[in-house]
Amino acid sequence: MIQWFTSLAPRLHRAFIEGDRWKLYLKGLGATLEMTVLALCIGIVLGVLVAVIRTAHDQQRIGQHNPILGILNGLCQVYTTILRGTPMMVQLLIWAFVIFKSSRNMIMVGTIGLGINSGAYVAEIVRGGLMSVDAGQSEAGRSLGLGYLDTMRFIVIPQAFKNILPSLGNEFITLFKDTSLVQAIGGAELAYYAKTIGGTTFDYMPPLIGIAVMYLVIVIVFTWLQGKLERRLRQSDRR
Amino acid sequence: MIDVKKLSKSFGDHLVLDNISEHISPGEKVVVIGPSGSGKSTFLRCLNLLETPTAGTITFEGTVITDPKVKIDKVRQQMGMVFQHFNLFPNMTIRKNITLAPVRTGLMLQEEADGLALSLLKRVDLVDKAEAYPNQLSGGQKQRIAIVRALAMKPKVMLFDEPTSALDPEMVGEVLDVMKELAQEGMTMVVVTHEMGFAREVGSRVLFMDGGHILEQNEPHAFFDHPQNPRTQLFLSKVL
Repeated sequence: MIQWFTSLAPRLHRAFIEGDRWKLYLKGLGATLEMTVLALCIGIVLGVLVAVIRTAHDQQRIGQHNPILGILNGLCQVYTTILRGTPMMVQLLIWAFVIFKSSRNMIMVGTIGLGINSGAYVAEIVRGGLMSVDAGQSEAGRSLGLGYLDTMRFIVIPQAFKNILPSLGNEFITLFKDTSLVQAIGGAELAYYAKTIGGTTFDYMPPLIGIAVMYLVIVIVFTWLQGKLERRLRQSDRR
Repeated sequence: MIDVKKLSKSFGDHLVLDNISEHISPGEKVVVIGPSGSGKSTFLRCLNLLETPTAGTITFEGTVITDPKVKIDKVRQQMGMVFQHFNLFPNMTIRKNITLAPVRTGLMLQEEADGLALSLLKRVDLVDKAEAYPNQLSGGQKQRIAIVRALAMKPKVMLFDEPTSALDPEMVGEVLDVMKELAQEGMTMVVVTHEMGFAREVGSRVLFMDGGHILEQNEPHAFFDHPQNPRTQLFLSKVL
Protein backbone atom coordinates (compact mmCIF):
# COMPACT_ATOMS: atom_id res chain seq x y z
CA MET A 1 0.00 0.00 0.00
CA ILE A 2 2.67 2.46 1.07
CA GLN A 3 4.73 1.31 -1.85
CA TRP A 4 1.84 2.03 -4.20
CA PHE A 5 1.56 5.59 -2.89
CA THR A 6 5.27 6.25 -3.15
CA SER A 7 5.26 5.04 -6.76
CA LEU A 8 2.39 7.44 -7.51
CA ALA A 9 4.50 10.59 -7.67
CA PRO A 10 6.79 9.41 -10.48
CA ARG A 11 3.77 8.00 -12.38
CA LEU A 12 1.99 11.32 -12.18
CA HIS A 13 5.18 13.09 -13.14
CA ARG A 14 5.50 10.87 -16.22
CA ALA A 15 1.83 11.30 -17.20
CA PHE A 16 1.54 15.06 -16.79
CA ILE A 17 4.89 16.81 -16.59
CA GLU A 18 7.59 14.86 -18.41
CA GLY A 19 8.14 16.17 -21.92
CA ASP A 20 5.63 18.98 -21.28
CA ARG A 21 2.74 16.53 -21.59
CA TRP A 22 0.39 18.91 -19.74
CA LYS A 23 0.40 20.99 -22.92
CA LEU A 24 -1.23 18.07 -24.73
CA TYR A 25 -4.02 17.90 -22.16
CA LEU A 26 -4.60 21.62 -22.54
CA LYS A 27 -4.67 21.26 -26.31
CA GLY A 28 -7.13 18.37 -26.00
CA LEU A 29 -9.27 20.28 -23.55
CA GLY A 30 -9.34 23.24 -25.95
CA ALA A 31 -10.50 20.99 -28.79
CA THR A 32 -13.12 19.38 -26.54
CA LEU A 33 -14.58 22.71 -25.43
CA GLU A 34 -14.48 24.09 -28.96
CA MET A 35 -16.37 21.04 -30.26
CA THR A 36 -18.92 21.30 -27.46
CA VAL A 37 -19.68 24.96 -28.05
CA LEU A 38 -19.82 24.69 -31.84
CA ALA A 39 -21.91 21.51 -31.73
CA LEU A 40 -24.32 23.15 -29.29
CA CYS A 41 -24.66 26.14 -31.62
CA ILE A 42 -25.45 23.82 -34.54
CA GLY A 43 -27.82 21.91 -32.27
CA ILE A 44 -29.68 25.01 -31.10
CA VAL A 45 -30.07 26.46 -34.59
CA LEU A 46 -31.31 23.15 -36.01
CA GLY A 47 -33.41 22.42 -32.93
CA VAL A 48 -35.21 25.79 -32.91
CA LEU A 49 -35.83 25.53 -36.65
CA VAL A 50 -37.29 22.03 -36.37
CA ALA A 51 -39.33 22.93 -33.28
CA VAL A 52 -40.84 26.05 -34.89
CA ILE A 53 -41.69 24.14 -38.08
CA ARG A 54 -43.31 21.35 -36.11
CA THR A 55 -45.36 23.61 -33.82
CA ALA A 56 -46.35 25.84 -36.75
CA HIS A 57 -47.54 22.74 -38.59
CA ASP A 58 -49.53 21.52 -35.60
CA GLN A 59 -51.17 24.90 -34.99
CA GLN A 60 -52.49 25.61 -38.46
CA ARG A 61 -56.09 26.69 -38.93
CA ILE A 62 -58.33 23.89 -40.06
CA GLY A 63 -58.86 23.97 -43.83
CA GLN A 64 -55.68 25.97 -44.34
CA HIS A 65 -53.03 23.31 -44.48
CA ASN A 66 -49.91 24.61 -46.11
CA PRO A 67 -48.43 21.84 -48.30
CA ILE A 68 -44.86 23.15 -47.99
CA LEU A 69 -45.15 23.13 -44.22
CA GLY A 70 -46.47 19.58 -44.47
CA ILE A 71 -43.38 18.43 -46.39
CA LEU A 72 -41.03 20.28 -44.03
CA ASN A 73 -42.80 18.75 -41.05
CA GLY A 74 -42.35 15.29 -42.57
CA LEU A 75 -38.64 15.92 -43.11
CA CYS A 76 -38.27 17.12 -39.52
CA GLN A 77 -39.95 14.00 -38.23
CA VAL A 78 -37.68 11.74 -40.28
CA TYR A 79 -34.69 13.69 -38.99
CA THR A 80 -35.58 13.40 -35.31
CA THR A 81 -36.59 9.74 -35.65
CA ILE A 82 -33.32 8.66 -37.29
CA LEU A 83 -31.00 10.78 -35.16
CA ARG A 84 -32.64 9.81 -31.90
CA GLY A 85 -33.08 6.19 -32.92
CA THR A 86 -29.48 5.31 -33.72
CA PRO A 87 -26.44 5.27 -31.39
CA MET A 88 -24.26 8.37 -31.28
CA MET A 89 -21.17 6.20 -31.80
CA VAL A 90 -22.59 4.59 -34.95
CA GLN A 91 -23.55 8.02 -36.29
CA LEU A 92 -20.01 9.31 -35.74
CA LEU A 93 -18.54 6.28 -37.52
CA ILE A 94 -20.86 6.86 -40.47
CA TRP A 95 -19.93 10.56 -40.64
CA ALA A 96 -16.21 9.76 -40.51
CA PHE A 97 -15.91 6.64 -42.64
CA VAL A 98 -18.85 6.94 -45.06
CA ILE A 99 -19.87 10.54 -45.59
CA PHE A 100 -16.60 12.41 -44.98
CA LYS A 101 -14.27 9.49 -45.66
CA SER A 102 -11.71 11.69 -47.43
CA SER A 103 -11.64 14.30 -44.69
CA ARG A 104 -8.73 14.49 -42.28
CA ASN A 105 -10.13 17.06 -39.92
CA MET A 106 -11.87 14.66 -37.57
CA ILE A 107 -12.53 17.38 -35.00
CA MET A 108 -14.67 19.13 -37.59
CA VAL A 109 -16.39 15.92 -38.64
CA GLY A 110 -17.02 15.11 -34.99
CA THR A 111 -18.46 18.58 -34.38
CA ILE A 112 -20.85 18.22 -37.29
CA GLY A 113 -21.89 14.75 -36.15
CA LEU A 114 -22.45 15.85 -32.56
CA GLY A 115 -24.23 19.06 -33.59
CA ILE A 116 -26.65 17.34 -35.92
CA ASN A 117 -27.36 14.68 -33.35
CA SER A 118 -27.87 17.29 -30.65
CA GLY A 119 -30.29 19.21 -32.89
CA ALA A 120 -32.74 16.32 -32.73
CA TYR A 121 -32.77 16.43 -28.93
CA VAL A 122 -32.82 20.22 -28.72
CA ALA A 123 -35.82 20.22 -31.10
CA GLU A 124 -37.82 18.14 -28.65
CA ILE A 125 -36.68 20.30 -25.72
CA VAL A 126 -37.66 23.51 -27.50
CA ARG A 127 -40.97 22.04 -28.68
CA GLY A 128 -41.79 21.06 -25.11
CA GLY A 129 -40.86 24.56 -23.97
CA LEU A 130 -43.06 26.23 -26.59
CA MET A 131 -45.99 24.02 -25.64
CA SER A 132 -45.49 24.76 -21.94
CA VAL A 133 -46.42 28.42 -22.48
CA ASP A 134 -50.11 28.95 -21.67
CA ALA A 135 -52.25 28.87 -24.81
CA GLY A 136 -53.90 32.11 -23.63
CA GLN A 137 -50.63 33.95 -24.29
CA SER A 138 -50.57 33.20 -27.98
CA GLU A 139 -54.36 33.73 -28.19
CA ALA A 140 -53.89 37.17 -26.67
CA GLY A 141 -51.15 37.96 -29.18
CA ARG A 142 -53.17 36.74 -32.13
CA SER A 143 -56.35 38.50 -30.94
CA LEU A 144 -54.45 41.79 -31.08
CA GLY A 145 -53.76 41.12 -34.75
CA LEU A 146 -50.12 40.07 -34.38
CA GLY A 147 -49.03 37.40 -36.86
CA TYR A 148 -47.89 33.91 -35.93
CA LEU A 149 -44.19 34.75 -36.18
CA ASP A 150 -44.44 38.00 -34.21
CA THR A 151 -46.44 36.23 -31.51
CA MET A 152 -43.78 33.53 -31.30
CA ARG A 153 -40.90 35.98 -31.32
CA PHE A 154 -42.12 38.52 -28.76
CA ILE A 155 -44.48 36.53 -26.57
CA VAL A 156 -44.06 32.75 -26.68
CA ILE A 157 -40.33 32.19 -27.24
CA PRO A 158 -39.12 34.59 -24.50
CA GLN A 159 -41.38 32.81 -22.00
CA ALA A 160 -40.46 29.36 -23.29
CA PHE A 161 -36.77 30.18 -22.92
CA LYS A 162 -36.98 30.16 -19.14
CA ASN A 163 -38.64 26.72 -19.16
CA ILE A 164 -36.14 25.37 -21.67
CA LEU A 165 -33.01 26.49 -19.85
CA PRO A 166 -32.60 23.56 -17.40
CA SER A 167 -32.99 20.93 -20.13
CA LEU A 168 -30.71 22.88 -22.43
CA GLY A 169 -28.07 22.89 -19.69
CA ASN A 170 -28.41 19.12 -19.47
CA GLU A 171 -27.99 18.86 -23.20
CA PHE A 172 -24.79 20.92 -22.95
CA ILE A 173 -23.42 18.55 -20.30
CA THR A 174 -24.31 15.44 -22.32
CA LEU A 175 -22.74 16.95 -25.40
CA PHE A 176 -19.61 17.94 -23.50
CA LYS A 177 -19.09 14.37 -22.31
CA ASP A 178 -20.05 12.84 -25.66
CA THR A 179 -17.18 14.69 -27.35
CA SER A 180 -14.95 11.95 -25.89
CA LEU A 181 -16.48 9.57 -28.45
CA VAL A 182 -14.75 11.54 -31.20
CA GLN A 183 -11.43 9.92 -30.24
CA ALA A 184 -12.80 6.71 -31.81
CA ILE A 185 -12.74 8.35 -35.25
CA GLY A 186 -9.31 9.85 -34.59
CA GLY A 187 -10.32 13.34 -33.47
CA ALA A 188 -7.55 14.80 -31.32
CA GLU A 189 -9.51 15.87 -28.24
CA LEU A 190 -8.95 15.31 -24.56
CA ALA A 191 -9.65 11.57 -24.37
CA TYR A 192 -7.54 10.97 -27.48
CA TYR A 193 -4.47 12.56 -25.88
CA ALA A 194 -5.02 10.70 -22.61
CA LYS A 195 -5.12 7.41 -24.50
CA THR A 196 -2.03 8.29 -26.50
CA ILE A 197 -0.09 9.33 -23.42
CA GLY A 198 -1.17 6.15 -21.65
CA GLY A 199 0.14 4.19 -24.60
CA THR A 200 3.50 5.96 -24.70
CA THR A 201 4.19 5.66 -20.96
CA PHE A 202 2.65 2.16 -20.68
CA ASP A 203 0.60 3.53 -17.78
CA TYR A 204 -3.06 4.31 -18.47
CA MET A 205 -4.27 4.98 -14.95
CA PRO A 206 -2.93 8.50 -14.29
CA PRO A 207 -3.97 10.10 -17.61
CA LEU A 208 -7.43 8.48 -17.65
CA ILE A 209 -8.26 9.32 -14.02
CA GLY A 210 -6.76 12.74 -14.71
CA ILE A 211 -9.12 13.55 -17.58
CA ALA A 212 -12.07 12.07 -15.69
CA VAL A 213 -11.38 14.67 -12.99
CA MET A 214 -11.14 17.40 -15.62
CA TYR A 215 -14.52 16.47 -17.15
CA LEU A 216 -16.06 16.27 -13.69
CA VAL A 217 -14.75 19.65 -12.53
CA ILE A 218 -16.00 21.37 -15.66
CA VAL A 219 -19.45 19.79 -15.34
CA ILE A 220 -19.67 20.81 -11.68
CA VAL A 221 -18.66 24.40 -12.46
CA PHE A 222 -21.15 24.57 -15.33
CA THR A 223 -23.98 23.17 -13.19
CA TRP A 224 -23.25 25.79 -10.57
CA LEU A 225 -23.32 28.60 -13.14
CA GLN A 226 -26.55 27.28 -14.57
CA GLY A 227 -28.16 27.21 -11.13
CA LYS A 228 -27.18 30.83 -10.58
CA LEU A 229 -28.64 31.91 -13.92
CA GLU A 230 -31.90 30.07 -13.25
CA ARG A 231 -32.25 31.67 -9.85
CA ARG A 232 -31.79 35.08 -11.41
CA LEU A 233 -34.39 34.42 -14.07
CA ARG A 234 -36.85 33.17 -11.48
CA GLN A 235 -36.39 36.32 -9.43
CA SER A 236 -37.91 38.34 -12.26
CA ASP A 237 -41.09 36.28 -11.79
CA ARG A 238 -41.51 37.42 -8.23
CA ARG A 239 -41.16 41.11 -8.96
CA MET B 1 -71.29 45.08 -38.42
CA ILE B 2 -70.98 41.39 -37.54
CA ASP B 3 -73.27 38.98 -39.29
CA VAL B 4 -73.31 35.34 -38.24
CA LYS B 5 -75.06 32.83 -40.49
CA LYS B 6 -75.76 29.20 -39.62
CA LEU B 7 -72.73 28.96 -37.39
CA SER B 8 -71.95 25.51 -36.01
CA LYS B 9 -68.96 24.36 -34.01
CA SER B 10 -68.19 20.94 -32.72
CA PHE B 11 -65.22 19.60 -30.80
CA GLY B 12 -64.99 16.02 -32.02
CA ASP B 13 -68.45 14.52 -31.55
CA HIS B 14 -69.54 17.22 -29.16
CA LEU B 15 -71.71 19.86 -30.82
CA VAL B 16 -71.15 23.14 -28.97
CA LEU B 17 -72.85 25.60 -31.31
CA ASP B 18 -75.83 24.43 -33.32
CA ASN B 19 -76.76 26.46 -36.38
CA ILE B 20 -76.66 29.95 -34.88
CA SER B 21 -77.60 33.04 -36.89
CA GLU B 22 -77.25 36.46 -35.33
CA HIS B 23 -76.59 40.05 -36.30
CA ILE B 24 -74.71 42.64 -34.32
CA SER B 25 -75.15 46.27 -35.37
CA PRO B 26 -72.70 49.13 -34.82
CA GLY B 27 -73.02 50.65 -31.35
CA GLU B 28 -74.86 47.70 -29.88
CA LYS B 29 -73.91 46.26 -26.51
CA VAL B 30 -74.84 42.62 -26.75
CA VAL B 31 -74.64 40.72 -23.49
CA VAL B 32 -74.54 36.94 -23.73
CA ILE B 33 -75.58 34.98 -20.67
CA GLY B 34 -76.25 31.32 -19.97
CA PRO B 35 -75.13 28.36 -17.89
CA SER B 36 -71.59 27.06 -18.22
CA GLY B 37 -71.12 24.76 -21.17
CA SER B 38 -73.88 26.52 -23.07
CA GLY B 39 -71.50 27.57 -25.84
CA LYS B 40 -71.45 31.30 -25.10
CA SER B 41 -67.66 31.57 -24.86
CA THR B 42 -67.22 29.45 -27.96
CA PHE B 43 -69.66 31.71 -29.79
CA LEU B 44 -67.62 34.76 -28.80
CA ARG B 45 -64.33 33.10 -29.74
CA CYS B 46 -65.71 32.20 -33.14
CA LEU B 47 -66.35 35.88 -33.86
CA ASN B 48 -62.61 36.58 -34.20
CA LEU B 49 -61.80 33.03 -35.28
CA LEU B 50 -59.89 32.01 -32.16
CA GLU B 51 -62.10 28.98 -32.71
CA THR B 52 -62.55 27.87 -36.30
CA PRO B 53 -66.24 27.26 -37.02
CA THR B 54 -67.18 23.80 -38.27
CA ALA B 55 -69.87 25.24 -40.53
CA GLY B 56 -71.47 28.57 -41.34
CA THR B 57 -70.15 32.02 -42.19
CA ILE B 58 -69.21 35.11 -40.22
CA THR B 59 -69.14 38.47 -41.97
CA PHE B 60 -67.40 41.46 -40.42
CA GLU B 61 -67.88 44.84 -42.10
CA GLY B 62 -68.67 43.17 -45.40
CA THR B 63 -65.74 40.71 -45.32
CA VAL B 64 -66.53 37.03 -45.02
CA ILE B 65 -63.88 36.26 -42.42
CA THR B 66 -64.55 32.52 -42.35
CA ASP B 67 -63.13 32.37 -45.89
CA PRO B 68 -59.68 30.72 -45.50
CA LYS B 69 -58.20 33.25 -47.95
CA VAL B 70 -58.96 36.20 -45.71
CA LYS B 71 -55.95 37.66 -43.88
CA ILE B 72 -57.26 37.04 -40.40
CA ASP B 73 -54.58 39.15 -38.70
CA LYS B 74 -55.90 42.26 -40.48
CA VAL B 75 -59.44 41.47 -39.31
CA ARG B 76 -58.38 40.82 -35.73
CA GLN B 77 -56.63 44.20 -35.62
CA GLN B 78 -60.10 45.74 -35.70
CA MET B 79 -61.59 43.46 -33.03
CA GLY B 80 -60.37 43.83 -29.47
CA MET B 81 -60.66 40.93 -27.10
CA VAL B 82 -60.51 40.70 -23.32
CA PHE B 83 -60.04 37.33 -21.68
CA GLN B 84 -61.18 35.83 -18.40
CA HIS B 85 -57.59 35.24 -17.30
CA PHE B 86 -56.29 38.63 -18.57
CA ASN B 87 -53.46 37.04 -20.56
CA LEU B 88 -51.12 39.97 -20.12
CA PHE B 89 -47.61 39.22 -21.33
CA PRO B 90 -45.59 38.61 -18.14
CA ASN B 91 -42.26 39.13 -19.91
CA MET B 92 -42.94 42.80 -20.72
CA THR B 93 -43.72 46.00 -18.86
CA ILE B 94 -47.27 47.33 -18.92
CA ARG B 95 -46.24 50.01 -21.42
CA LYS B 96 -44.75 47.36 -23.71
CA ASN B 97 -47.85 45.18 -23.30
CA ILE B 98 -49.95 48.05 -24.62
CA THR B 99 -47.66 49.29 -27.38
CA LEU B 100 -46.38 45.99 -28.82
CA ALA B 101 -49.29 45.27 -31.15
CA PRO B 102 -49.92 48.82 -32.47
CA VAL B 103 -46.22 49.21 -33.27
CA ARG B 104 -45.59 45.74 -34.75
CA THR B 105 -48.67 45.83 -36.94
CA GLY B 106 -47.58 49.19 -38.33
CA LEU B 107 -50.56 51.06 -36.94
CA MET B 108 -48.31 53.67 -35.32
CA LEU B 109 -44.73 54.51 -34.40
CA GLN B 110 -43.31 53.74 -30.96
CA GLU B 111 -43.55 57.39 -29.83
CA GLU B 112 -47.17 57.68 -30.89
CA ALA B 113 -47.96 54.39 -29.21
CA ASP B 114 -46.22 55.51 -26.03
CA GLY B 115 -48.32 58.67 -26.02
CA LEU B 116 -51.48 56.68 -26.59
CA ALA B 117 -50.54 54.22 -23.85
CA LEU B 118 -50.05 57.10 -21.44
CA SER B 119 -53.45 58.61 -22.18
CA LEU B 120 -55.15 55.20 -21.96
CA LEU B 121 -53.42 54.49 -18.65
CA LYS B 122 -54.59 57.87 -17.35
CA ARG B 123 -58.09 56.90 -18.24
CA VAL B 124 -57.96 53.75 -16.09
CA ASP B 125 -55.95 55.54 -13.41
CA LEU B 126 -52.85 53.36 -13.71
CA VAL B 127 -50.25 55.76 -15.11
CA ASP B 128 -47.86 54.91 -12.27
CA LYS B 129 -47.82 51.27 -13.39
CA ALA B 130 -46.46 51.94 -16.88
CA GLU B 131 -43.06 50.50 -16.12
CA ALA B 132 -44.31 47.75 -13.80
CA TYR B 133 -44.64 44.11 -14.77
CA PRO B 134 -48.00 42.30 -14.84
CA ASN B 135 -47.09 40.14 -11.83
CA GLN B 136 -46.88 43.26 -9.67
CA LEU B 137 -50.53 44.11 -10.33
CA SER B 138 -53.78 43.02 -8.69
CA GLY B 139 -56.38 41.11 -10.72
CA GLY B 140 -58.55 44.17 -11.22
CA GLN B 141 -55.59 46.23 -12.35
CA LYS B 142 -54.52 43.49 -14.77
CA GLN B 143 -57.93 43.34 -16.36
CA ARG B 144 -58.09 47.12 -16.73
CA ILE B 145 -54.72 46.96 -18.46
CA ALA B 146 -55.98 44.13 -20.67
CA ILE B 147 -58.91 46.31 -21.76
CA VAL B 148 -56.61 49.23 -22.45
CA ARG B 149 -54.23 46.97 -24.40
CA ALA B 150 -57.06 45.95 -26.69
CA LEU B 151 -58.20 49.58 -27.05
CA ALA B 152 -54.73 50.65 -28.17
CA MET B 153 -55.43 48.92 -31.49
CA LYS B 154 -58.42 51.29 -31.96
CA PRO B 155 -60.80 48.39 -32.57
CA LYS B 156 -64.28 48.78 -34.02
CA VAL B 157 -65.73 46.17 -31.72
CA MET B 158 -64.71 44.79 -28.33
CA LEU B 159 -65.28 41.19 -27.33
CA PHE B 160 -65.30 40.37 -23.61
CA ASP B 161 -65.03 36.75 -22.51
CA GLU B 162 -66.17 36.62 -18.86
CA PRO B 163 -63.92 39.56 -17.94
CA THR B 164 -64.80 39.56 -14.24
CA SER B 165 -65.11 35.82 -13.54
CA ALA B 166 -61.54 35.39 -12.34
CA LEU B 167 -61.56 38.46 -10.10
CA ASP B 168 -61.91 38.84 -6.36
CA PRO B 169 -65.40 40.24 -5.68
CA GLU B 170 -64.07 43.58 -4.48
CA MET B 171 -62.30 44.15 -7.81
CA VAL B 172 -65.25 43.45 -10.08
CA GLY B 173 -66.57 46.98 -9.76
CA GLU B 174 -63.48 48.76 -11.05
CA VAL B 175 -63.44 46.61 -14.21
CA LEU B 176 -67.16 47.00 -14.86
CA ASP B 177 -66.80 50.77 -14.45
CA VAL B 178 -64.25 50.88 -17.26
CA MET B 179 -66.57 48.79 -19.43
CA LYS B 180 -69.53 51.05 -18.68
CA GLU B 181 -67.53 54.09 -19.66
CA LEU B 182 -66.57 52.38 -22.88
CA ALA B 183 -70.21 51.58 -23.57
CA GLN B 184 -71.19 55.20 -23.01
CA GLU B 185 -68.64 56.28 -25.59
CA GLY B 186 -70.52 54.23 -28.13
CA MET B 187 -68.20 51.26 -28.56
CA THR B 188 -69.77 48.18 -30.08
CA MET B 189 -69.46 45.45 -27.48
CA VAL B 190 -70.18 41.76 -27.17
CA VAL B 191 -69.92 40.66 -23.56
CA VAL B 192 -70.13 37.15 -22.19
CA THR B 193 -70.73 37.54 -18.47
CA HIS B 194 -72.42 36.33 -15.31
CA GLU B 195 -72.92 39.91 -14.07
CA MET B 196 -76.67 40.31 -14.40
CA GLY B 197 -76.57 43.85 -13.02
CA PHE B 198 -74.20 44.86 -15.79
CA ALA B 199 -76.36 43.14 -18.40
CA ARG B 200 -79.41 45.03 -17.23
CA GLU B 201 -77.74 48.39 -16.91
CA VAL B 202 -75.44 48.49 -19.92
CA GLY B 203 -76.76 45.95 -22.41
CA SER B 204 -78.80 47.07 -25.34
CA ARG B 205 -79.75 43.44 -25.95
CA VAL B 206 -79.41 40.27 -23.91
CA LEU B 207 -78.96 36.83 -25.47
CA PHE B 208 -79.64 33.72 -23.45
CA MET B 209 -77.77 30.65 -24.64
CA ASP B 210 -78.11 27.02 -23.66
CA GLY B 211 -77.12 23.78 -25.35
CA GLY B 212 -75.56 25.58 -28.31
CA HIS B 213 -78.70 27.58 -29.15
CA ILE B 214 -79.78 31.15 -28.54
CA LEU B 215 -83.01 30.36 -26.73
CA GLU B 216 -84.21 33.87 -26.08
CA GLN B 217 -83.20 37.45 -26.67
CA ASN B 218 -84.66 40.81 -25.82
CA GLU B 219 -83.80 44.26 -24.59
CA PRO B 220 -82.68 43.91 -20.97
CA HIS B 221 -85.69 45.20 -19.03
CA ALA B 222 -88.20 43.04 -20.86
CA PHE B 223 -85.74 40.15 -20.76
CA PHE B 224 -85.19 40.19 -17.02
CA ASP B 225 -88.72 41.21 -16.00
CA HIS B 226 -90.71 38.97 -18.35
CA PRO B 227 -88.64 36.07 -19.60
CA GLN B 228 -90.69 33.95 -22.00
CA ASN B 229 -88.77 30.70 -22.38
CA PRO B 230 -89.13 28.25 -19.44
CA ARG B 231 -85.39 27.51 -19.55
CA THR B 232 -84.64 31.23 -19.26
CA GLN B 233 -87.08 31.55 -16.38
CA LEU B 234 -85.40 28.67 -14.56
CA PHE B 235 -81.92 30.10 -15.15
CA LEU B 236 -82.88 33.60 -14.03
CA SER B 237 -84.67 32.28 -10.93
CA LYS B 238 -81.37 30.73 -9.88
CA VAL B 239 -79.02 33.63 -10.59
CA LEU B 240 -81.07 36.69 -9.72
